[in-house]
This record gives sequence, C-alpha cells and structure tokens, in this order.
Amino acid sequence: MVMQEDQLDLVFGALADRTRRAILARLADGDTSVGDLVSQFAMSQPAISKHLKVLENAGLVSRSRQGTMRLSHLEAKPLGEATGWLGTYREYWDESFSRLDDLLKRMDD
Amino acid sequence: MNGTIDRSATIEKVGDHAITITRDFDAPVDKVFRAMHDPELIAQWVGPRRFTDQEATQVNEHGGTWTLVQRDDEGNEFGFRGVIHGTPTPELSIRTFEWLGMPGHVFMETMRLEDLGDGRTRVHGISVINTKDERDGMFDSGMDVGVNEGYARLDDVLERL
Repeated sequence: MVMQEDQLDLVFGALADRTRRAILARLADGDTSVGDLVSQFAMSQPAISKHLKVLENAGLVSRSRQGTMRLSHLEAKPLGEATGWLGTYREYWDESFSRLDDLLKRMDD
Repeated sequence: MNGTIDRSATIEKVGDHAITITRDFDAPVDKVFRAMHDPELIAQWVGPRRFTDQEATQVNEHGGTWTLVQRDDEGNEFGFRGVIHGTPTPELSIRTFEWLGMPGHVFMETMRLEDLGDGRTRVHGISVINTKDERDGMFDSGMDVGVNEGYARLDDVLERL
C-alpha cells in the first residue's frame, strides 16, 4: 500500500498549487471538460491544460473522450494513499498522546 | 496546584528545519519516560486507535535501534525505524526517525521531560530534518487541511474513498 517515493513527490508537487487543489475540488463534484474549467477559473486554456497535465502525471486525474469533448476525472486513490498517513500528522500525535494519557493511568507507580 | 491540566498538544514549525511538540501529562516523569521507552508500552499508545495491531522494538542504549510496525483492519501497514543516540534519560533522549514509506528522509528527534511538580510532566520534543521541503512535507500536509475550501472539499472526497 505504501506509495513509491517518486509518486509521492509528484502528488505533493501537484497539491502544492492552490489552483490545482481547486481543480481537484471541482472534479470531486464530477467529470469536467477543459472548457468548463477555463470559464470557471477565468484562466487561459493553455494554463488550465498545463495544470491538468501536472495532475495527470501525479496520477490524480485521468482523461477520457466523450464525443468531441475531453473530460477530466478525479483519481482519488493516490490522494488517499498520500494523505492516509501524512495528512494526519497532528491527529496522529494528538491521538497518540490521548492514548498515552490512558496508558499512564493504568501503569503501576 | 489543582484542577485539570491542559491536554492539548502544541505542534508547530520552528525556523526552516524543525517541528516542535509540547504536551503535558498527569503523571510523574519516570512513568512518562517508561511509557516512551519500553517497547511493550510504546506499542500500546503510539499511533491512532485505528491501528489495531502494533509491534515495537527498542534497545535503549547508544547505537540501539527502534522499530514500529502499525497495521489497521484494512491490511494497511506502516513501518518506522531509527537509532538511539546516547543513553536515553528523562533529561535528554535522542534518536533518528524514518518512515519507511519515504526512506532516506530522516528526522533527528530530541526529547526532554520537565517535572512540573504535583506528579505532572511536560514533554518537550523537537524534530529536525535536512531541508525545509522535507519538514514541510511532513507538517503542512496535515496542518493545512481544511484551511482553504479546496482542501476542505478534498476531505469529503477522502472520506468517501
């Protein structure tokens, strides 16, 4: 289940950009054409396409043809794997410490 | 001093390379030290509760190694390892920390236990790594979730996976 380091780098690189995160959030609501994204984000088509390419390289987005339209689709699995552990750094330690509270109560002096 | 203690952890970035953690516990220093260094006890608290199967080893001497394997009910497995530097004491416990999912990105962790009196202990931890990118990769991905609406909605996606 553990992702290759190279792919993790690509995923985090892709997520480092605010626009790309917003595109992923938009795709979470359903598949979308480049044209829709262009109008929604008020950016040029080459700019949107460039962002989609980065997301595609990271395995976060796949693209398919529907008639003459190319649709972008969110591939959420790598996202889940990348954040399955790393997305919860604070939660990880908060919950650990809460368990440690319980353990300390059970321990003999 | 009576009353309840503040059990919230302070976890923050310091400079370009460090993450600090501060947390108070309602137990004396020696007890907290044992819970943090005895592998049988470590396996009982390190990590979220969803990890139902945990194995820990730790040799508490200079050059000794430690390992932690965590498994959840879905078959996910996460491994960690490192080396102890110097003989650990409540005043100073130093080790390296590496998640096997990202091998080669090694933190150096220093832990101090402060006696707050009345059987209470404050843990001071500092983790340092070579580059800002590595530090931020570990820290920001967790801390920024939910800050902007894009991430907030990604959370929803992740819940549906």
